[in-house]
Amino acid sequence: MNEPLLAVKSLKVHFPVNVGPFAGAKEFVRAVDGVSFTIAPGETVGLVGESGCGKTTLGRAIVRLVEPTDGQILFEGEDLARLNGSALRARRRKFQMIFQDPYGSLDPRAKVGNIIGEALDIHRLTPDAAARRQRVESLLADVGLDPSHAERYPHEFSGGQRQRIGIARALAVEPKLIVCDEPVSALDVSIQAQIVNLLRDLQQEHGMAYLFVAHDLAVVLHLSRRILVMYLGRIVEAGEARITCRSPRHPYTQALISAAPVVDPDSKRRRIILAGDVPSPIHPPGGCPFHPRCPFAVARCKAEVPALREIDSGHWVACHLAEQTAPQ
Amino acid sequence: MALLEIRNLQMDFGRGPKALRAVDGVSFSLEAGETLCLVGESGSGKSVTALSIARLLASPPACYAGGEILLEGRDVLRMNATELRGIRGGLVSYVFQEPGASLNPVFRIGHQIKEALQLHRPEAANDAEVLRLLKLVGIPAPEARIKSYPHEMSGGMQQRAMIAMALAPHPKLLVADEPTTALDVTIQAQIIELLGQLRRQLGMAILLITHNLGIVGDLADRVAVMYAGQIVETAPARELLKRPLHPYTQALMNSVPSLDSDTERLTAIPGTVPRLGAFPNGCRFHPRCPRAQSECSEKSPALVEVEPRRWVRCPFWNSPGLKR
Repeated sequence: MNEPLLAVKSLKVHFPVNVGPFAGAKEFVRAVDGVSFTIAPGETVGLVGESGCGKTTLGRAIVRLVEPTDGQILFEGEDLARLNGSALRARRRKFQMIFQDPYGSLDPRAKVGNIIGEALDIHRLTPDAAARRQRVESLLADVGLDPSHAERYPHEFSGGQRQRIGIARALAVEPKLIVCDEPVSALDVSIQAQIVNLLRDLQQEHGMAYLFVAHDLAVVLHLSRRILVMYLGRIVEAGEARITCRSPRHPYTQALISAAPVVDPDSKRRRIILAGDVPSPIHPPGGCPFHPRCPFAVARCKAEVPALREIDSGHWVACHLAEQTAPQ
Repeated sequence: MALLEIRNLQMDFGRGPKALRAVDGVSFSLEAGETLCLVGESGSGKSVTALSIARLLASPPACYAGGEILLEGRDVLRMNATELRGIRGGLVSYVFQEPGASLNPVFRIGHQIKEALQLHRPEAANDAEVLRLLKLVGIPAPEARIKSYPHEMSGGMQQRAMIAMALAPHPKLLVADEPTTALDVTIQAQIIELLGQLRRQLGMAILLITHNLGIVGDLADRVAVMYAGQIVETAPARELLKRPLHPYTQALMNSVPSLDSDTERLTAIPGTVPRLGAFPNGCRFHPRCPRAQSECSEKSPALVEVEPRRWVRCPFWNSPGLKR
């Protein structure tokens, strides 16, 4: 494989809690706690996990919407974590983000043409107003909207159409990487499929890479070549998408897949019901963070943090028992 | 006599010429101990139908233009305030989508459950009964939880507490309106498992409202699919999931991504869900339907029993064309 587009190296994002003059001992939410992975140009990597696992924070840290605490974010070989001000702003043209909530992520007082055009203005991508209008119209057409929609306001659109506007805004600067943070989870099922297909078509046309963050494994599987599974700020399993979904090796991934709703009433899938909730990321359990909920946990899991290790070519698992937990 | 029978319910928001019809001629019945699943996308009218059963919609703006909602033979639409208070939380209990927003943030969980008991089973309004209910819904360390405030609990635990509160008065019908939508998949699996277990244990009927076809198979005996204020298909759950007959049900099932399939593209339904007040003429699904004929835009199809226990609102359900 040639040079990766993005290489994240032991990235950490810790948020201080109980700040203020009367706070007691300083504590931290370890939202992202030592995550490393790469994305090749034009590749789609899926990032799955439940709420509170740090997947959104990781996505935001990569585009520098939250400050990383430690680690490197190498984008085309350059460490984004060390860039600031105008240097960072200039690089932002190459990586964009699509947000979860299509209602909250568009300025209600701006016309659609300006929402998309603003990105063009900031990076001075169009020489004059006519070129700007033309570019906005072609972007709207790209995402399946009518060019006349440029004159309308966000409230005139449905959720699915708004998400298309968000996608057009991200596309405007011709990025090489788009971080999609749960782009379909706020949409109706019939609309979800439209947006997933649109993202796929746009990638084939423009060749950008996606980091696709979602909690729905089935949606992620449809788009991604590789999947990362996160639990309590760490990656617990990473591998080729189909292999990870068909023969998951980490007990958490197995439970996640078995819990996914299945339409087929004759599905043979045995459901693993996990006990309890995701523990607090302020005081994560010692040893393997998953051990209190793990059906296979042994004494070693309480004492020793399992390292992410390659058990098969390209298939990484952070579990002491990965050899014994192969699905039946 | 059925526990619940809704006959030709018509519900508007607003009055006069500007009224928007949210529910248009919905009929279904529910036997004691049965589980019916009402499936539909946002704006299909499934939630307002469910809320109408105990008249939980503020009226105005909600306005019942016709039909009957018979609970054990008595019409809810004709009840006065005292009678309504008796069935709300007594005969019919609700569990809502967002447990965090449904619980009162300033009272302890135990207090809130006891309040439900005081209203409907005052003789049992004591800590022992609250503890029994918390245990019944699988809340660990109930002795400690009785003193917890809602914000001290996770979403899954809050939803269990909501279910405990709903079960307190021994309802005959539990209406669960998207009970797992705000929860993570592993927690969703826990709650669905719990509902199934409680149904077996207590023998109550459940009306489950959901947009997620994936949880239908786990719980439902029968399914009713709603689109734009109308029921478009009803069938026994298994048969519907195996062989959906209405083009909308088929399209909806095809658009759900599955972990087992290898298809690269999802089968999307073109267009958008029509907005309230802007429902198309004729069949309301025709602008998005792959099998639409010219007459679909003119004549509103009726809900017809095409096979035993299977009702479909589409005259072309059996015609060749799009096959699944």
